[in-house]
Amino acid sequence: MIRDVEKRNKNYNAYVEQVTPKASCLKNCIKAFITGGAICLFGQILIELFKNAGMAKDEASLWTTICLVLASNILTGLNIYPLITTWGGAGSLVPITGFANSVAAPAIEYKAEGEVFGIGCKIFTIAGPVILYGIFSSWIAGLLYLLAKLWM
Amino acid sequence: MVFVKAFVIGGLICAAVQILMEKTKLMPGRIMVLLVCSGVVLGAVGLYEPILEFAGAGASVPLLGFGNVLWKGIKQAVDESGFLGLFKGGFTACAVGVSSALIFGYISSWIFKPHMKKK
Repeated sequence: MIRDVEKRNKNYNAYVEQVTPKASCLKNCIKAFITGGAICLFGQILIELFKNAGMAKDEASLWTTICLVLASNILTGLNIYPLITTWGGAGSLVPITGFANSVAAPAIEYKAEGEVFGIGCKIFTIAGPVILYGIFSSWIAGLLYLLAKLWM
Repeated sequence: MVFVKAFVIGGLICAAVQILMEKTKLMPGRIMVLLVCSGVVLGAVGLYEPILEFAGAGASVPLLGFGNVLWKGIKQAVDESGFLGLFKGGFTACAVGVSSALIFGYISSWIFKPHMKKK
């Protein structure tokens, strides 16, 4: 009986392996490279524009963040960002625009479920974990830094 | 030249993450958490600042840069206010990114209609 189950699982896994579409890893990487590169290039163009307008480096990159997030929101709302994600894979996920998309998309998608439990909860579906673990890991790093400073 | 650097380094980071996704089949949410935490670690050991210096937006736009910003905020806050800084720096550093994402995301939910997911 157990042998049968094992055999069945093995066959099933082989079947899944067979029917899963095999996308070429190299091709996807090139697509991710182009997409991610293009978004970063756009960011760099914005930084240079803000610098030319007389801003300091830090200020310019904060303004760039706001512009990228806004652009990502508009593309998400017009349903264009999912197309970029389909083509660009990680290239659309890794930049800050991917984070903005992961905030805006569920907020738009779940608004029918209400202000609090629809938008309010779902807006943090991805942002929540990112903020939690980002804050926590930086807290740990800061604690180690503080201890190192006291000890030195 | 800065534009070429931003394109190449930003692209390389995304391509590396694409390889990671193909090999491990991790979900996008986990990838983002992983990137931010890696950014904090890379920042804390002092590896990220040189990349940022070299690549500009190529290093600041990916979520790794977000992690690095968190670390820089914590470090500055600890330098200024010691133990209390541990509880100040993180949110101060990520304030612009997170606030803009949340505020614009919420406004978007007023303006745009839900789309059926095309599969």
